[in-house]
Amino acid sequence: MTEWEAVIGIETHVELQTKSKMFCGCLVDSGDEPNTAVCPVCLALPGALPVPNKEAIEGILSIGDALECTLIEDSLFYRKNYFYPDLPKNYQISQYTFPLCLDGRLAVDVDGEPTMVGITRVHMEEDTGKSTHIGESGRIHGADHTLLDFNRAGVPLVEVVSEPDIRSPEQARAYGAELQRVVRALGVSDARLEEGSMRFDVNVSVRPVGSDVLGTRTEVKNVNSLRSMQRAIAYEITRQIEVLENGGSIHLETRHWDESKGATRSGRTKEGSEDYRYFQDPDLLPLHIDEAWRKRVHERRPELPAAKRARYAALGADPRTAELLVDAGDLAALFEAAVSAGAEPRTVGIWLTGEVVAYLRRENVTLDETGLSADSLVELAQMTGAGDLSATAAKEVLNGVLAGEGTPSQVAESRDLLQISDASTIETEVMAVLDQHPDAIEKIRDGDAKPIGFLVGQVMRATGGKADPRMVQDLIRRKTQA
Amino acid sequence: MTDLADLTIAQAGSGLRSGEFTAVDLLAAVERRAAVTEAHLHAYLTLDRSGARTAAEAADAALATGDPRPLLGIPIALKDNMVTRGVETTASSQILAGWKPPYDGTAAIRLKEAGAVIVGKTNLDEFAMGSSTENSAYGPTRNPWNTNTVPGGSSGGSAAAVAVGSALGAFGSDTGGSIRQPASLTGTVGAKPTYGLVSRYGLIAFASSLDQIGPIARTVPDAAALLEAVVGWDPMDATSYNGDLPAIAKSLDTGVAGLRIGVVTELSGEGIDPEVLEATMRIVDQLSNAGADVVEISLPAIEYALSAYYLIAPAECSANLARFDGVRYGLRVDGATTEEMMAKTRAEGFGPEVTRRILLGTYALSAGYYDAFYGQAQRVRTLLRNDFASAYGRVDVLVSPTSPTTAFEVGAKTADPLTMYFADICTIATNLAGDPAISVPIGLDDAGLPIGFQIMAPALGEEVMFRVAAEVERLAAFTERPRLATSKVVAP
Repeated sequence: MTEWEAVIGIETHVELQTKSKMFCGCLVDSGDEPNTAVCPVCLALPGALPVPNKEAIEGILSIGDALECTLIEDSLFYRKNYFYPDLPKNYQISQYTFPLCLDGRLAVDVDGEPTMVGITRVHMEEDTGKSTHIGESGRIHGADHTLLDFNRAGVPLVEVVSEPDIRSPEQARAYGAELQRVVRALGVSDARLEEGSMRFDVNVSVRPVGSDVLGTRTEVKNVNSLRSMQRAIAYEITRQIEVLENGGSIHLETRHWDESKGATRSGRTKEGSEDYRYFQDPDLLPLHIDEAWRKRVHERRPELPAAKRARYAALGADPRTAELLVDAGDLAALFEAAVSAGAEPRTVGIWLTGEVVAYLRRENVTLDETGLSADSLVELAQMTGAGDLSATAAKEVLNGVLAGEGTPSQVAESRDLLQISDASTIETEVMAVLDQHPDAIEKIRDGDAKPIGFLVGQVMRATGGKADPRMVQDLIRRKTQA
Repeated sequence: MTDLADLTIAQAGSGLRSGEFTAVDLLAAVERRAAVTEAHLHAYLTLDRSGARTAAEAADAALATGDPRPLLGIPIALKDNMVTRGVETTASSQILAGWKPPYDGTAAIRLKEAGAVIVGKTNLDEFAMGSSTENSAYGPTRNPWNTNTVPGGSSGGSAAAVAVGSALGAFGSDTGGSIRQPASLTGTVGAKPTYGLVSRYGLIAFASSLDQIGPIARTVPDAAALLEAVVGWDPMDATSYNGDLPAIAKSLDTGVAGLRIGVVTELSGEGIDPEVLEATMRIVDQLSNAGADVVEISLPAIEYALSAYYLIAPAECSANLARFDGVRYGLRVDGATTEEMMAKTRAEGFGPEVTRRILLGTYALSAGYYDAFYGQAQRVRTLLRNDFASAYGRVDVLVSPTSPTTAFEVGAKTADPLTMYFADICTIATNLAGDPAISVPIGLDDAGLPIGFQIMAPALGEEVMFRVAAEVERLAAFTERPRLATSKVVAP
């Protein structure tokens, strides 16, 4: 039986959320009426010319920098020629040799096992318009007619091409997720898969373990979530192995992921590689990125998700909590504010990723709407640390604060949750319980520890659950010593 | 009394300012000239009577306030590959029949801002591909000196209009000689500026790395005045030059004493008509007598210029013209599928020369052929630039005939595209180098057809180029006018 290994490379398209389009002044579409964010340039009217958008160049450079690429000093724009009705010029302005960013890497982690994925290149191009095929099939073949919306045409598009360094569907998913986090951390795109502002094309092939020859790949398109990317790759690996083990061969082709069927289906066959007749765009001069510009981009690099996770972990948050915090930007901000004001990181992290997230989901509100402040978290952490609140009571107080009932102390008071940690009060209660249960004391003195729990329970009941259970237990042990 | 249509721009400007006549009078004279000559020439595709009238009236109002802008009220024509808002713009192609652009190109905007009166849009070889203005989907333009001959091309309509007086000045575009060669064949002055000096925004692209808009006029100072109105950086064109502008008209009266002038060896022998060559050398001698230091300069790479050009220009055009697909504007021929619709639209919409060049360019860019064709052509282009650079280390300007022959007969070269391509042998090299060049009329051949003299200069060398051109104009003292402009014309 041959053992197989998958080889996976991912091409990721990211729409930059710049103010204007890549080569004209049209606003980047915000879901307007079709064909309202258009002009002679992005409609490719005769005579119109492209002018590069500096903000978009800054955006791609920040991505390249975050992926530790070499930023190329003199970068070239090319024309990629192919006819398609939603491509107004019938060529796409893209990059070929000398893209803006080359040779980077991205560290990803699956269940604590790190992998380094090489980044071949990051280049700049422009998006196409949107075709809506009207007819029964909803596809171009068999459509009665096609409606075109050019609002998206010319939106800056960054393509990130990975090396075929990925070996499993899980790694692929982790790579996609981490790239999405990086892009979001840079603030250049919301990188939403379901809305198409981030899109994956996945190249999958398999080969016998130990072979250094690549198998024939298929390109899987239409994966609109990280989960469907993982499923599609898993499906494709199984399919390819099955074909090969049955003596068949894999064809170089594009396959579309069908989410409802959980399968890929054959699309276009690629006869060799398509001839896009790339040539340098004579309308655009080489883009010169000088040392100062590269330096500026690097200096502006924000703390990246991996570094932030490591920092949170160093503060004491467990790895899963750190990841959850970093992924939800607003929670991370609150975490940082609370911790820097002196709250204990581990507890605050758990509250935020546990109780707070649960509350937001349950009540369907945003963190902003709850008005939860760093001050409240600090106060709550202090009350817990001082033994004023039990762990359970703290969560209840937190819910009260989230519901807008006041500060933690106000909530604790109004809900009567303050823990009794005053030693003399507790001693009085303990002595009263012991007086009522001399037989239990006997048993304990005879070496049977079981009644201790019973006695603690009696004290807790007598105090309405507000006594600090640890103090109660300690006291009972001491008082029942012979 | 002189017909106003026969005035130079400079004369018309002073007449307007002194109140001898109005801009409306001037426009009327030019339109009258068009009315009697158009049936013979077909220089125009569109006459924008109402737009021109409105502009002329506005000019008269401004003139009354003492507005000194030199082009104020001057009737000019634009080649029909220059986009004009609301006025049909076709590039002489069926594929753009009826297209009324929603915007003005930068040159058109600047001319309107200068107060010029845009009379109409002139005929050209379809998408500026040709050297005779016979490749127009709307019929050829003829040469006012002899209507059996062509006016050159592709800016033949603009050149013919200026020569005959149905415009006082005009603009064309020059990709391989398309301004200079028709200027030469019609006895007018035509200048191709340094690449990047005039914005290409709104010029329907043929070959983006070569195309430049430039003026056609009856005199060198007029051409300089027209050019000055349109030069300068444009944020809408990424290849537009953003630096100090040459002082185009500063040295028109300076003369050539002390200037070093190089006669291009490769363009002054074989392949040049003897009468043209003789006239050229006569002017060279006169320049020498006027104090210029004349030397012979060889540009060896020029031998490959034509071949390189006919790879680079078609390659660029194959992509530039891809946008004409029937989807968004212009002609649409329906088909069963989108692909079929696009294919049918293009097959029907483009003429044979345009189709030939798209196919040539597509082939030259194809995988496996790219390096042998397009790549090699780019290397030739570099060699040629080096040749020019070293030549300009030794001389201030280079000179040659503009066209190897005077105007040829209609139909003489249409059967064989290669013979037609040779019409640009003297002009193509400067486009590949990105340098400026100008054609100045210097006389007539035995058949009574004009001969043009070309002056080439290094990039941004417009000042010295116009300086020499003005001297050539004085030395040649060319005052003849085409018969069609001076005689009472009878209907054809």
